[in-house]
Amino acid sequence: MTAEVSRGGLVLPSYERPRGAHPPLDFSGYRSTALRHPQQPLVLLPQRLTEVTGPLLGNDLITPSDSDLTTQHAGEPQGQRIILTGRVLDSGGRPVPDTLIEIWQTNAAGRYRHAREHHPAPLDPNFTGIGRAMTDAGGNYRFVTIQPGAYPWGNHHNAWRPAHIHFSLFGRAFTQRLVTQMYFPGDPLQPIDPIFNSVPDPKARERMVAQFDIDLTQPEWALGYRWDIVLRGPGATVFESEVDDQ
Amino acid sequence: MTEGLTPSQTVGPFFAMRLPWPDGPFVVPEDTPGAITIVGRMYDGAGNVIPDGLVETWQADPAGRFAHPDDPRGPAAGYRGFRGFGRCPTAVDGSFRIITLKPGPLPADGAGAAEAPHLDVSVFCRGLLDRVVTRLYFPDEQAANEADPVLASIDEARRPTLIATAEPADLADPAGPGTVLRFDIRLQGDGETVFFDV
Repeated sequence: MTAEVSRGGLVLPSYERPRGAHPPLDFSGYRSTALRHPQQPLVLLPQRLTEVTGPLLGNDLITPSDSDLTTQHAGEPQGQRIILTGRVLDSGGRPVPDTLIEIWQTNAAGRYRHAREHHPAPLDPNFTGIGRAMTDAGGNYRFVTIQPGAYPWGNHHNAWRPAHIHFSLFGRAFTQRLVTQMYFPGDPLQPIDPIFNSVPDPKARERMVAQFDIDLTQPEWALGYRWDIVLRGPGATVFESEVDDQ
Repeated sequence: MTEGLTPSQTVGPFFAMRLPWPDGPFVVPEDTPGAITIVGRMYDGAGNVIPDGLVETWQADPAGRFAHPDDPRGPAAGYRGFRGFGRCPTAVDGSFRIITLKPGPLPADGAGAAEAPHLDVSVFCRGLLDRVVTRLYFPDEQAANEADPVLASIDEARRPTLIATAEPADLADPAGPGTVLRFDIRLQGDGETVFFDV
């Protein structure tokens, strides 16, 4: 049952506030946060019509090759082919259907196809590294892609990002918008990566790591990984401070 | 602590591979009668422009309705091509623009109470580990802004960071866009934009 609150005569859903799940905006280990985090405290915004609605971007944005990053060019890309699938859920356990997922990643050599990318690893003419998919009625999504590589970055001496895939999700409401990164199990770079470790709770960090799945793995073809994504669900409580004084 | 949520991570420097799309800044087609242009720049705490940021906007239509099942009133008729959603990456000079229609006011609690016309704005960039959220209000809505429950909750000295300013009309180009509003976003320091916990 969705928690609801009445606003202006309309009964609206409410969404829990993600206390403690996300990284702090000021995190010294990731140097680029220094001049880019607000110093004033965030102001509590009651969830009103603009916040509990959101863009429901649809299938008109999607073509079949968008979810198979290995078939976007004339030839096959280099690297380990992987199947990546999972469910988008809210924290109440309900599937989030018909929602747009956008991904971007490096190629197998750890190189992004981007003008400002200077890592001297080869580009792959058969791999762009971008994808889109919609969840189905059960919140399921599926991509076929290439295992991305680790790459160096300038944050500190000998800094390397663990392999990851960037994910962007809308959910069904402005409150549910999420941009995150999916990591791979057993990567030795995770324990020393400031961005991964910016998430304060170790259990929450693990929720960014996909699981290898032999049943999803297809013989003679591709390794399977499973990763569920959990967006904010129904709020348990409407706080006194969120109710208008009338 | 919320159990089970997937944590946020930064968009990093290379989101422009995927997230922008050609008509992303157009909440409505540019030739829509009454279309307005919102321009702005994104700045860091040293006053430098942020050339690798992303701005997203979400708003009601001019009648104050949303095309969404959780607005039980549904969208108003007559705003063909209106998406409610805009997305624009910042350019090398930190600039972005959104072409849209001015939203209508929204019902708030209490007889006759209303939220002033506004856009919700999400801001992403390398160096932001989670999006930050702000609101854009309109300079020609002084009375509605004064009655707005969200603006009222903010320190008066910081309220102007949420109110766009009218740009002078470009007399050299009478056929150019109609109303142009400026909404700069300062992530840190002097004039820091008010950001919300949603």
